[in-house]
Amino acid sequence: MAYSDKVLDHYENPRNVGSLDKNDPNVGTGMVGAPACGDVMKLMIKVNDAGIIEDAKFKTYGCGSAIASSSLVTEWLKGRTIDQAYAIKNSEIAEELALPPVKIHCSVLAEDAIKAAVADIKAKQAAKQAA
Amino acid sequence: MNYFELFGLIPQFSIDSTKLETNFREIQSSSHPDRFVTCTSAEKLQSMQTATFANSAYLTLKSPALRAAYLLGLQGIDAIHETNTNMPHDFLMQQMEWREAMDDAKHAKDVVALENLLAEMQTEAKQLQENLAELFDTKQNFLVATEETRKLIFIDKVCADIHKIIEHLDV
Repeated sequence: MAYSDKVLDHYENPRNVGSLDKNDPNVGTGMVGAPACGDVMKLMIKVNDAGIIEDAKFKTYGCGSAIASSSLVTEWLKGRTIDQAYAIKNSEIAEELALPPVKIHCSVLAEDAIKAAVADIKAKQAAKQAA
Repeated sequence: MNYFELFGLIPQFSIDSTKLETNFREIQSSSHPDRFVTCTSAEKLQSMQTATFANSAYLTLKSPALRAAYLLGLQGIDAIHETNTNMPHDFLMQQMEWREAMDDAKHAKDVVALENLLAEMQTEAKQLQENLAELFDTKQNFLVATEETRKLIFIDKVCADIHKIIEHLDV
């Protein structure tokens, strides 16, 4: 199966690979996995006091499409509010990367990782306000 | 007919593997193309379909992870549904660590480290299989069985990848 040029570009030069300090109260972590392919994806976002994502990093073990999907979303996330991030749909990721139908689940993984990271940062913020 | 019925096995996680082997060989030899050389094309097609079905059935039931997923399928549960990405956080962290250790060992061409990692994962897989036998055959707890099956599928995938790396390093 041939990968699109965009997938290849992200796969060969992945953006924002790495980690942020998971103990930082302004950092949210999302971890998801897909047993069908054995893919594991970790996405971390750093959010400022205005609720805007300042930094995003990922680490993904999986196929080229899964790596490209997570690399792409780290680019998209920077500068967006957490609510805008939460609204990102897997279909937008799949369309941008021209993913074939058998690889759509890789974009689902990326969408779910964003949602998990946003949920984590919201939980941290709520805990901070309660304290 | 389902896979268990084909080999005369009880549809549960713990299976009689000797019976599986014996009955598979028997179906394989009775549906072998050589036996159908002089037959009509309809009979040839029929025997080929039987052989293909028996082959998938055998491979599915032989693998504990695939057998568990198949048992869940008989209950109407799709264990590896692609849009379900929710896995226990600790398990995913462990997966990441294993994958990282695998990559490090691969780059260092450290076959011993890879074999140790494989042994560690096989111990984990064995534990999961024991849990699955209890969950399916005694407790009939398909909800927890689904979660354990998903873990076993993950572990099988990493083990297969480690095997590939070891083979590659050996040559």
